[in-house]
Amino acid sequence: MEMLRDHNWMLSVGTFLPLLGVLLLLVVPKANEQLIKKVALLTSIATVAVGVWTLFRFDFGNAGTMQFVDEKTWIPLIKSSYYIGLDGISLPLYFLSMVITLLVVIYSLDHIPAPGNPKAFFSLMLLLQTGMAGTFIAQDLILFFVFFELVLLPMYFMIGVWGGENRQYASLKFFLYTMFGSALMLIAFLALFFKTGAESFAIPYLVEHGGALAKNVQIWIFAGMFVGFAVKVPMFPFHTWLPDAHTQAPTQGSVILAAILLKLGTYGFVRIAIPVLPDAAKAWAPYIGGLAVIGIIYGALGCLAQTDMKRLIAFSSVAHMGFVMLGISTLTSFGVTAAMFGMVAHGLITGMLFFLAGSVKERYHTLEIARLGGILKQMPRLGWILGFSCMASLGLPGLAGFWGEFPAILSAYNPAAGLNETVFRVYMVVAALGTVLAAAYLLWLFQRVAFGEPKPEFAGDGHGHDDHAFHDVNKFEWFAWTPLLIAILVFGVVPNLMFKVLDPAVQTVLKGFKG
Amino acid sequence: MFHSVIAAATEWVSPQVDYHALAPEIILATGLCVVLLADLFLDESRKWIISSLTGFTLLGAMLPVLTLGLDEAAIRSMFDGRYVIDEFSIVMKAMFLIAGYVVVLLSTKHVEEDEYWQGEYWFLLLSSILGMVMMTSARDLVSIFVALEFLSIPAYMLAAWRKRDIKSNEAGMKYFLLGVFASAVMLYGMSLLFGAANSTLLVDLGKSITATGGLSALHALGIVFVIVGFAFKVSAVPFHSWAPDTYEGAPSPITAFLSVASKAAGFVALVTLLLVAFPQASDVWQPFMWVLSALTMTVGNVIALRQTNIVRMMAYSSISQGGFVLMPLAVAGMSEVSASALRSVVVYMLVYAATNLGMFAVIIAVSRKTRSGEISSWDGLFSYAPGLAILATIFLASLAGIPPLGGWVGKFTAFQSLLSSGTGWGYALAIIGAVNSVVAFGYYGTIMREMWMKPVPDGDTTRVGIPGSLSLALAITVVATLVFGVLPGVATHFGDLARITGAFGG
Repeated sequence: MEMLRDHNWMLSVGTFLPLLGVLLLLVVPKANEQLIKKVALLTSIATVAVGVWTLFRFDFGNAGTMQFVDEKTWIPLIKSSYYIGLDGISLPLYFLSMVITLLVVIYSLDHIPAPGNPKAFFSLMLLLQTGMAGTFIAQDLILFFVFFELVLLPMYFMIGVWGGENRQYASLKFFLYTMFGSALMLIAFLALFFKTGAESFAIPYLVEHGGALAKNVQIWIFAGMFVGFAVKVPMFPFHTWLPDAHTQAPTQGSVILAAILLKLGTYGFVRIAIPVLPDAAKAWAPYIGGLAVIGIIYGALGCLAQTDMKRLIAFSSVAHMGFVMLGISTLTSFGVTAAMFGMVAHGLITGMLFFLAGSVKERYHTLEIARLGGILKQMPRLGWILGFSCMASLGLPGLAGFWGEFPAILSAYNPAAGLNETVFRVYMVVAALGTVLAAAYLLWLFQRVAFGEPKPEFAGDGHGHDDHAFHDVNKFEWFAWTPLLIAILVFGVVPNLMFKVLDPAVQTVLKGFKG
Repeated sequence: MFHSVIAAATEWVSPQVDYHALAPEIILATGLCVVLLADLFLDESRKWIISSLTGFTLLGAMLPVLTLGLDEAAIRSMFDGRYVIDEFSIVMKAMFLIAGYVVVLLSTKHVEEDEYWQGEYWFLLLSSILGMVMMTSARDLVSIFVALEFLSIPAYMLAAWRKRDIKSNEAGMKYFLLGVFASAVMLYGMSLLFGAANSTLLVDLGKSITATGGLSALHALGIVFVIVGFAFKVSAVPFHSWAPDTYEGAPSPITAFLSVASKAAGFVALVTLLLVAFPQASDVWQPFMWVLSALTMTVGNVIALRQTNIVRMMAYSSISQGGFVLMPLAVAGMSEVSASALRSVVVYMLVYAATNLGMFAVIIAVSRKTRSGEISSWDGLFSYAPGLAILATIFLASLAGIPPLGGWVGKFTAFQSLLSSGTGWGYALAIIGAVNSVVAFGYYGTIMREMWMKPVPDGDTTRVGIPGSLSLALAITVVATLVFGVLPGVATHFGDLARITGAFGG
């Protein structure tokens, strides 16, 4: 495969820079919180700067080609190497992970959740960033696995230490689910390695040789990977960790989970499972599509039943990731491109919603929908931002969410050759119904929370509670949120900005399905 | 009559002794005599010198191991191939010496502060290590048995070291009775094998199977008895029942020693026997290893989940880890797998030794403050001893096999070796192993949760005093754990060198 190897130091720097920040943080005394915040902020700004430089150097005319490729020996004995690269599929997610981390750091400058300890909090956040960015650039299965697992522990601690009341249960559940998935995934990787002649773990090599495997072998290997990725997405019926983890996680954790961590699973499907095992992907596609559609409806119904705002947003993730998986399961470049777009859009929008939930909780000390109301009156700016995000989330045309959902549904009308059209058209209809439900639960949420009069217990200007309980959006929040809001709008109006990067890369990935 | 004795003496030719090859054993033997004598002449206030002497002896023994390792000439065989220095034995010798050194570091303050005798402690420890070092080179039933007793008998006494503590007595007693029982079973098996092969040399045992045109019942029975004997030593389920009580009652540094070094010595002997003596009898031992491995990791894990005492939990954890070491042996009889199975066992033991010793170092450090073995006494450790909490997290995550910490390399090589067999049995065991590695996080995660997420009991946030020797032990183990994890090439490099002479048809 053709590759570009210029500037190949850039990805390593971008990925490991946060780790340098962690090392710096380790030597800063715990009491010096100002310095800790500065180090974290500067590290994440520097990381984003490297990311911007990467964007700048990226050859957009060649988005389907691996760029900045670097290959170094790492574990020669098991034929695994430090092999990294970036193409149009990785680029948006890679960059998104950097930006989200920066925004979360900015938000945390003013919002360290109890029990405090910014030193540990920021260290974990930066560690997470290295794992996330690394997963998106790894071109070697073992390297991918290491980065994929690297995010587990920091997130476990983030939920378990800084989370809500039920945090210990939620963090352990999150960990065990994901670890179970990745253990089977590792076995699938190894089986793939041996079945392709025990030559290499490099993804390009496996893409070349995986297709030659017998179909039933492919199906079993795919099953192992499926469990690993589907838990992470999460797909129905592996989703039950998600509402707990999201609800209990601190705001920052929820944002990172929703915006990036869930994408590791869908990215795995697109980058590894489907291109390496095309026959198995075809065999599995109807089932994946079916589970995706069940996820859409189940997630939506779950949302309608929630009484907690954060838990509602968490369930909406199940539904949204269902659309993404539906797009992927069509195995057409149209569907997969839509899914990739949907991943980024969901990252921006749901990340934003979790930020908002965090800020509402901070002000009202509750997220129970029945107790909230009249946010628009008390804090008009916060209320309108919430309205904007809800609209984006339900897929209003002109905002980013639309371009993830609508093409994904449309793509099911015409799945790849060899897939049963009738089945996918049924999926399409059901998924379309899902969008109606999405509108229902989001608008209902917005109506109950933002409209009407504030409830008596929160009435007034906040006297009797905290003096500053009901201040509107503050400057840290503005700094953290504005980029997301702008991105949601820009990608909604000019979706081609991203489609033109994604499409060539998706074409390359789906080469095996031509004809 | 006298004449005949003299005649025999003059006919006797002294065997060729390669002093370079034997240097580690010679240094250890000299060192343990010095330690025992020094105890006689030192007064109470200067007993600390003995622990330093012990440490120096171990480091001194490392020197010839290093020169042997750098010597390209590779295999040195003595006494008609009964005692062999090959790459496998050099790597394992180095591991035992370093592990022994870490145990010395763990023991130093611990033994000083106990009111028991110091001299004998160090003497017994060195003897046991000498037995392990000998085990790596033993290629004969008799020398294996001698090495095994040499390493076990001092360990029985060390387990019962606190002689006025009833639990320590129980520990030593259980360990002794079951250990001796295992030795007897093994010896019976060995005698059957000797009967079948008319030789105690391992390679001859293998030859006798092919020579007699296949496996006889005598062979099969002998092999099974020997394996059962070693299954006791490595505390494989269902021969594990001594381990938790022994681990709980023994002094903590000795528990670390037993769970790492003594166990590894059992695996060394087991691997040597299976691959050198019985490669042709794989039909007998492969299914046996499969069942043993699956049972060991599953039962160990499930019981560990229910423990409230940290040392007992670590005991069951170490049982379950043993199951992972056994995993590749279930397919190791296939000629194309045996090399990778051996590598996997060696790599797993190296990584496990570093990690488990490190975890025990943390346990010893924490119990200096809490004076308790209950897991709940670890509550809130992160808030008053963040360094120890982070170290413990690293070790626990490594035991659970989470990259990028050492443990995943061991698990990975084990899975790799299993899957390279390409058999359904291999895949099935790999999946059992994968599920178990998740279950294991259930209890490793419990300790993490106590440290990070619970409040400090009684609000007692006084610092934990860590003596210098313990810090050194922590530093050695954490560096090894991290290096093995981030640069697995280091560990697999040693694993790759590990060819056992006589195995793989060579």
